[in-house]
Amino acid sequence: MNLSISLTVNGQQRVIELDDPRTTLLDLLRERLDLTGTKKGCDRGQCGACTILADGKRINSCLALALSYDGADLVTIEGVANGDTLHPVQAAFIAHDGFQCGFCTPGQIMSAIGLIAEGQAGDDPERIREGLSGNLCRCGAYNGIVEAVLEAQAHSTGAKTRDAA
Amino acid sequence: MKSFDYVRAASLDQAVAAAAEPGSVYLAAGTNLLDLMKAGAARPDRLVDITHLPELDRIEHLSDGSVRIGALVRNSTLAYDRDFAGAYPAVAEALLSGASAQLRNAATVGGNLMQRTRCAYFYDPASACNKRMPGSGCDARAGENRLHAVLGWSEACIATHPSDFCVPLVALDAVVEVTGRSGKREIALEAFYRLPGEAPDRENELEPGDLITAVRLPAEARSFAAHARYLKLRERTSYAFAIVSAAAALRLEDGAIRQARLALGGVAAKPWRTRAAEAILIGAKPRAEIFQKAAHAALAEAKPSGDNRFKIDLARKILVRALAEAASGTPSRVPALPGSPFSSVPGALHDA
Ligand SMILES: Cc1cc2nc3c(=O)[nH]c(=O)nc-3n(C[C@H](O)[C@H](O)[C@H](O)COP(=O)(O)OP(=O)(O)OC[C@H]3O[C@@H](n4cnc5c(N)ncnc54)[C@H](O)[C@@H]3O)c2cc1C
Ligand code: SF4
Ligand code: FES
Ligand code: FES
Repeated sequence: MNLSISLTVNGQQRVIELDDPRTTLLDLLRERLDLTGTKKGCDRGQCGACTILADGKRINSCLALALSYDGADLVTIEGVANGDTLHPVQAAFIAHDGFQCGFCTPGQIMSAIGLIAEGQAGDDPERIREGLSGNLCRCGAYNGIVEAVLEAQAHSTGAKTRDAA
Repeated sequence: MKSFDYVRAASLDQAVAAAAEPGSVYLAAGTNLLDLMKAGAARPDRLVDITHLPELDRIEHLSDGSVRIGALVRNSTLAYDRDFAGAYPAVAEALLSGASAQLRNAATVGGNLMQRTRCAYFYDPASACNKRMPGSGCDARAGENRLHAVLGWSEACIATHPSDFCVPLVALDAVVEVTGRSGKREIALEAFYRLPGEAPDRENELEPGDLITAVRLPAEARSFAAHARYLKLRERTSYAFAIVSAAAALRLEDGAIRQARLALGGVAAKPWRTRAAEAILIGAKPRAEIFQKAAHAALAEAKPSGDNRFKIDLARKILVRALAEAASGTPSRVPALPGSPFSSVPGALHDA
């Protein structure tokens, strides 16, 4: 059985030999590609810490079998800034004190980027909260996060992000 | 997780042949299957990946007024399809009330129909469970069973079917298209799921190798678009499975109910269509008393399977509420908290 897959990760083409068919995208990113920004919280689809974009859509990488995503275009938290220029969502999180602990923040930012790209929430805070509900923990930062999304959304008319169109 | 072989199916025939082998299961997005495999509750020898199969990811609005939804259409794609959500608003609302955005972006239509129960003992390989291991008993019977079935259960199993999507689908007479070793066939969704009886491990009418290729809604299903709701009660207002839920769809003419479609979720091992309640509504004016009467009929056969008597009352209430909201008119847009009875829906009506 050929366990080689090809992926685009943060704009870079990668061909990866998998030694174990059980590898999830999350494990692949963290353990094979050293992209440890994506976090493993529950590993069962319940917390959102592992959120990445696959072909422009946010998914839980912990429940995604790597073999199945052969050919996919992935964006992780490492791929959203443009050099030293932060992604507008990252900048808005800083401006609005939206940072949670280091564990939950990357997934929360990826989820916010995905939410804006989906273009379904508009400027309705209730829809933004619902849209981010897949990121379970938000400790004290939640109001800041909602404000950050509102601001980033206003900046991104047409819901274009650098990597997810 | 036990190791397994991985096969990527390139054609329907190849998929069916591979999946018909003992120990094989289909893999769609994996959001339920991988979860069960990580828990040790599913231990397949071989995964047959269907996500690269061509042509199963289409939503086709057919000329006879029906809609055909390919098995690989993602839950979010379907819910946000404007034509689809406009014609079948309760289905879109049910989809958006399920799981989280991340999961809906991955989860497929076929996988949603085939997801397994959330009974905690089913998930835990250390527990006795007749569904996971036939003949081993049922630890839920004397265990934590607040959320278990109140209709159609048996001594062998009291689990519920967890899907939201399937509830309005069964109300609207959805049909499942299946391809198997002996060709194609169609099964009404209502007849697709089995009640547990003596064999709770046999959950549906599929045979080894059978692949769901599409779900179809008949032309008539559109005629309820102006008066349709899906409401869901859960322990928090989003990102949780239903305790109970209800789909209600009405067709009103001259201020009276001409047709009614009702189904309950979270009450049984299948989405529970309730024709006795539908019959009570036909010809009546949409009023609270008649909704109460229908809800009583819907739950007439219900009995607790454990600490869950409250679910019977809750199911009646959510049905009455869903009927009242459906009668007052489908919201012009899915509410901010889809399926939640607590979400305020601005007045604009579909047929205002
Ligand atoms: C944290 C969490 C919360 C959730 N909350 C909800 C909720 O509130 N409401 C809700 O409805 N769901 C909920 N879900 C369940 C989710 O909707 C399902 O996991 C999803 O729909 C399954 O789709 P999938 O494509 O990932 O299927 P998979 O996991 O790939 O497959 C599921 C099953 O279906 C079989 N299968 C898949 N496709 C086919 C096919 N075409 N033909 C035959 N068999 C097939 C597979 O063999 C497997 O047995 C939740 C899941 C999680 C993890
Ligand atoms: S209720 Fe059904 S699924 Fe749950 S433990 Fe009993 S047999 Fe298993
Ligand atoms: S680690 Fe994937 S959702 Fe928690
Ligand atoms: S644990 Fe990370 S934000 Fe709460």
